[in-house]
Amino acid sequence: MAERPIARVPRLVLALLALGLAAQIGLKASSPQPRAKAEDLPPAPSIAALRLAGFGEPVALAKALMLYLQAFDYQSGSKVPYRDLDYGRLEVWLARILELDPRGQYPLLAASRLYAEVPVEEKQRRMLEFVYRQFFVDPSRRWPWLAHAAAIAKHRLGDLPLARRYAAAIQRHATADDVPLWARQMEIFILEDMNELQTARIMIGGYIQSGKVKDPAELRFLDESLKRLEARMVGERGRK
Amino acid sequence: MPIVASLAKAVLLEAVRNRLLWLAAVVIVAAFGFAQFLNQVAITESREIQAALLAALLRVAAVFIVVTFVITSMVRESSDKVTELMLSLPAPRAIYFFGKFAGYAAVALILALLCALPLALFAHPGGLAIWAASLLCELLIVTAMSLFCVLSLTQVVPAFAAVAGFYLLSRSMAAMQIIAGAALQQPTLTDRVVNAIVELIALLLPALDRMTQTTWLLESAPGASTLGAIAGQTAIYLVLIGAAALFDLYRKNF
Repeated sequence: MAERPIARVPRLVLALLALGLAAQIGLKASSPQPRAKAEDLPPAPSIAALRLAGFGEPVALAKALMLYLQAFDYQSGSKVPYRDLDYGRLEVWLARILELDPRGQYPLLAASRLYAEVPVEEKQRRMLEFVYRQFFVDPSRRWPWLAHAAAIAKHRLGDLPLARRYAAAIQRHATADDVPLWARQMEIFILEDMNELQTARIMIGGYIQSGKVKDPAELRFLDESLKRLEARMVGERGRK
Repeated sequence: MPIVASLAKAVLLEAVRNRLLWLAAVVIVAAFGFAQFLNQVAITESREIQAALLAALLRVAAVFIVVTFVITSMVRESSDKVTELMLSLPAPRAIYFFGKFAGYAAVALILALLCALPLALFAHPGGLAIWAASLLCELLIVTAMSLFCVLSLTQVVPAFAAVAGFYLLSRSMAAMQIIAGAALQQPTLTDRVVNAIVELIALLLPALDRMTQTTWLLESAPGASTLGAIAGQTAIYLVLIGAAALFDLYRKNF
């Protein structure tokens, strides 16, 4: 049925519609923009409560929670976001999200690449340890984040023993075929940086002899590394 | 004016005959029982847990009852051709709308008061008074929106879906705005467009996320300015939605 023309609508109604619309837009435009401040991050609910809230869709809930979490403190106007967050609470949130969606990589990416980049060493270490602990749940899938954590430990924190611990975990536990050589050999190069040449040499030798490396290019690279190490060791002995 | 009062009275009578108040009483008793059960389970902060859960449950239940009542009542009236009979009275269509709205608003007032009743056991009187007033404002907005949707869409399911979408969006819009504005990289054109759309939708929705907050029951009551802001938002939104509903009603051919 065709509608009646607009002319049948009383002018007062049209005026009220325009007035109401203008007033609503004016009111909302003048209200402060909603912001998630760092101090507003609430404690994470229990996993049971989250599962209940997910209505049987834990993965969808995990994705939504990650976006919610990410918004905290990012808009605080600080050039160094996340610095003011309570990292204790943040860690629990990330762990809960991983529990809801164990295959999801976002929380570990955020932990190693966002939250571990703050210029507060204690908070950096806390996030790196979180990534380290979570790595053992699924090493074959989660090794990239621990590799990044090892890089942060080495280059940002200058803590070579810590970097070695992370690299050693990758070397021992990330055993899937698709884990690249550079990740598995990270420990050797960190040992080299730590001047533990003998240990590095033994590791490379053991690696070659184990028969795990089949690619000729990889074998050649390891062989060259071994020779370079031995040359360095000879040089150091000569200096002594 | 007598027509407005008669229509409002008819709505109240319908609410009574539909046993709406009984339903509200049953919901309140059930929610109260659930809160008592949680009190037995909680190790600490039992009063806070009872107040928070009871308030949240009653808020949603009151909104649900009002929305379903308004929509089903209007659709039934339309199906029975009572609407056409009412509009044949020697009075402008606006009188019909205001009469119906007044009746539903009275139902909303009764519901808001009933919902506040069990909370008196757990909450500060000042905070509870503001919570109840805010719930009434929220119910009035939802009532106006339900009337607008049912007059425009004329069917139960589309009208209910539209009001439910409006309510959920209004309550979660602030969180959506925060998420939309938290792009990690330099925002692309798509990010900017999405952000602008979210901001535009936010401008048109009432700030329901700032209304009827449970914290008012647990901590100190908010100042009068909070209530003033809520009343202002309610008044503006009632004018907007009321005018939109009237616009639609005046253009409708029966």
